[in-house]
Amino acid sequence: MILVWLIVILMAGGLLAWLSKKINPELPRWVALAAVLLDLILIVYLWISTEATTGSAWLMRYEISWIPQWGVSFSLALDGLSLLMLLLTFFLGLLSVLISWKEIKAKVGFFHFNLLWVLAGIAGVFLTMDLFLFYFFWEVMLIPMYFLIGVWGHENRTYAAFKFFLFTQASGLLMLLAILGLYFIHGSETGNYTFNYFELLNTPLAPDAARLLMFGFLAAFLVKLPVVPFHSWLPDAHSQAPTAGSVILAGLLLKTGAYGLLRFVVPLFPTAAVEFAPWAMLLGVIGIIYGAIVAYSQTDLKRLVAYTSVSHMGFVILGVFAFNEWALQGVVMQMIAHGLSTGALFILAGFLYERLHTRDLARMGGFWSKAPKMGVVALVFVMATLGLPGLGNFIAEFLTLVGSWQAANWLTVFATIGIVLATVYSLRIMQKVFYEPGPRHESFRDLNFREMLIAVPMVLGLLWLGLYPQPIIDMARPSITEQLQAYNMEEPTIAEPKTVVEQPQSEATINTNQLAINQRAFSNLQIIQSPN
Amino acid sequence: MSQTDFLYLMPLLILTFAVLISMLVIAAWRNHKIIYVITALSFIAAFGSLFELRTTTAYVIEPMFVIDGFGVFYIGMILLTSLLVSMLSYAYFEQREERKEEYYLLLVLATLGACVLVISTHFASLFLGLEILSISLYALIPYLRTRPRSDEAGIKYLILAAFSSAFMLFGMALVYYSTGTMVFSGLAQSIAGMQELPLLLLTGIGMMLIGVGFKLGIVPFHMWTPDVYEGAPAPVTAFIATVSKGGVLGLLIRFFMEVDGFRYPVLVTILTIVAIASMFAGNLLALMQKNVKRILAYSSISHLGYILVAFMAGNQMGVEAITFYLVAYFITSVGAFGVVAMLSDKNSDAELLEDYKGLLWRRPWTAAVFSAMLLSLAGIPLTAGFVGKFYIIAAGINDQLWLLVVMLVLNSVIGLYYYIKIIAVMFQQPETEREPIIRLRPSIYVASVGTLAVLALLLVYVGVYPTGLVQLIQNVLVSVPEIVAK
Repeated sequence: MILVWLIVILMAGGLLAWLSKKINPELPRWVALAAVLLDLILIVYLWISTEATTGSAWLMRYEISWIPQWGVSFSLALDGLSLLMLLLTFFLGLLSVLISWKEIKAKVGFFHFNLLWVLAGIAGVFLTMDLFLFYFFWEVMLIPMYFLIGVWGHENRTYAAFKFFLFTQASGLLMLLAILGLYFIHGSETGNYTFNYFELLNTPLAPDAARLLMFGFLAAFLVKLPVVPFHSWLPDAHSQAPTAGSVILAGLLLKTGAYGLLRFVVPLFPTAAVEFAPWAMLLGVIGIIYGAIVAYSQTDLKRLVAYTSVSHMGFVILGVFAFNEWALQGVVMQMIAHGLSTGALFILAGFLYERLHTRDLARMGGFWSKAPKMGVVALVFVMATLGLPGLGNFIAEFLTLVGSWQAANWLTVFATIGIVLATVYSLRIMQKVFYEPGPRHESFRDLNFREMLIAVPMVLGLLWLGLYPQPIIDMARPSITEQLQAYNMEEPTIAEPKTVVEQPQSEATINTNQLAINQRAFSNLQIIQSPN
Repeated sequence: MSQTDFLYLMPLLILTFAVLISMLVIAAWRNHKIIYVITALSFIAAFGSLFELRTTTAYVIEPMFVIDGFGVFYIGMILLTSLLVSMLSYAYFEQREERKEEYYLLLVLATLGACVLVISTHFASLFLGLEILSISLYALIPYLRTRPRSDEAGIKYLILAAFSSAFMLFGMALVYYSTGTMVFSGLAQSIAGMQELPLLLLTGIGMMLIGVGFKLGIVPFHMWTPDVYEGAPAPVTAFIATVSKGGVLGLLIRFFMEVDGFRYPVLVTILTIVAIASMFAGNLLALMQKNVKRILAYSSISHLGYILVAFMAGNQMGVEAITFYLVAYFITSVGAFGVVAMLSDKNSDAELLEDYKGLLWRRPWTAAVFSAMLLSLAGIPLTAGFVGKFYIIAAGINDQLWLLVVMLVLNSVIGLYYYIKIIAVMFQQPETEREPIIRLRPSIYVASVGTLAVLALLLVYVGVYPTGLVQLIQNVLVSVPEIVAK
């Protein structure tokens, strides 16, 4: 039941925020803050209270019948992966409310309504275990996001909002077709027409059907992620959105694509996914390098950051289609670390925009001496983006590369070049904004208390991810091994020992525990599926 | 006719008497409110009488009518929609000086025609229903005759509808010539053994389809739709979009299910082409429009195309999907045109996109309702339109109509563009501040605001919790053997 509350609080909070505008124009901010904070507290409480019972992959389930005629149920479930994603969602959600405190002045009530409903949709996507409901939440995310971009965005907002909406909607409809195809195939094979994820998992599929259905799902997830040929909505949407919108887009919406790959594509279509893997990894590598090169040539700070997302999400698809635990751990880390680091960079861009009313890099420069606090914070964010050891992204990219090396050597080599390019574009941000002498700005103030309150948790989060990632890895492991069920049967994924030397602390534990965990997760799966 | 026959025809009789009474009242004392109340009461009474007819078996009134669950459900849908339209009309016509009372006579008559259509099983009753509906519409469309475009719309509809009626009659004659019967079931029996339809019979059925296609406004018989939608008063447009099309669709389903037209590849091919062409023509032409009523007209063409996708499934799930979609579409269309009617002023309807600029900031609730209706037309979750579209896609995939389903998906994306465009216009920052709303008398205001609120709530309720409606539709279809058998 607590899972339902997570979503209901946000939706109710959204409505309340909209209505409370009538009482006091500042009230929506407080309502939104309270709603997100409440959710954050709930999820942290869940995290702490479930650490004792790490034996099970699925920590919690909630299911009631919704449309029984079609076999649709309101089915929510929480495992380590969902929990981590929700943690990220509510953390970034909280920051989004805080950064909008001064930035958003028009239609405050409606803004927070949209903000909370986007978060509700995202939380729903991360929680639901019914494919109909999944599609439902997948779409619920879109409309409020469209409004966030279209109403409160920058100068070219209408175009960007349109593009975002059409891309994601079109790809989502293809996923709907695939969901329905799966539903009818499963129904005609077993006589049981259901959208339940756990039951659909073992649908026997003809290779052709599996391939087509997988492409339906992939369409939605690859566009959302985004992977290179389908990425063109992203720079526009990211750069035109208000800061909170950019943070949610980069930090959370892209992650729903990655989550979908992990949760649905990998376990539902084991054979088809293996066939497609080389191409997917190739697309990932192209994305890494292309994103990095294009990012370097941007003059608009937010566009630059947007292209770094393209580059970083390349690692996600590279890792997912390596099908081993190393790579998937890397992907999960990347989702969280990228959420924080890119979110942080957009927040930085927001701070700068608030002061200068421009996103143009050419009109920035020399802020290191004027705003030392901002400089230090920015330095941490930029270093995280380029993958400096000690910060979250390093762990993520390292694990991904170790994993993908085992699957595809050459592609991994090219992916590694992407990290070098990341250094180049990241340092360019630092150079342009803080070191190079720039045009004179008379009143450039440093971060104030509210802004520090936003920036410092991000810095701490990134440091924590980089220095002590073990809790995240532990939390994600049961669900990752479960997603890989179908693959583990064929090939053991014990890593080569030589890689352990480079990261003794975190990786050693993976290695020793691996077999035991595989068995444990397998038995969990059986327990969960038996009642059905 | 026996006494039970009268009981089963009670809804139609109530409407007939309502027309007569209103006419006498108008002759005695012209009063808008009284006529409106009589109309609304007659719709409610007719709807109430339906509860007596909830049978699990079909009741046949030889040879004209059959009253079964399907028919009762469609009549109920038509009556409720007409009631909502009349509520919108009250506020709309109160602002205008024309003689408003006769409008309600025509509205009730048109409703009567649509009700006859959905329960008819004989060419005679079919044609009678169709003509009652059409002739009432001839007068309803140019009702505000001083408006610049109302004559054009009226005459266009008159000529084309008369033309299509002629086609239909000729088709019926050819079918009668080939089979010697005018009853649907008799026709079904006489062609049951044939693998191929004889040319003359095929021509006859084809000509009847032309007549039906014209009423539905599907390609290539869609030309009248935008002009008529634009020229007619907003409530009448709502009526054409919903009741008129719904009634004809009910007839088409009954006819095709009885005759089992899906056995003949020629008919299937024709309908497939028509469906795809309607979807594309409607959506592509809508992209260029600057007039909201025209956009909605083109969108209705494409929506009929979507419905044909489920129709092509030709089985129970398809009929369920169509019925569900129609309910969603009725709610949405009446809601959308209701907003148009509410925003219209004395001289013209609020139809240009510019009229909607910044609406969200001027009249937030109206804009929210309109956005919800448009999102429902686009098939976005939380609205009834989403579940309806889902149902149609499911029915199509269930029957493996991949081509049609993929076309539907493609068109949904195209359609999204212009629905979102209207919403985007409403969200633009206005140049002027919130305009003072000229409130009509409270009772009138309540009528249209209340209608819109009810529609918006229904829209969300059906979108979030469709189980009840799905159950109801499945239950009423049980009494129709032709559909369940498939």
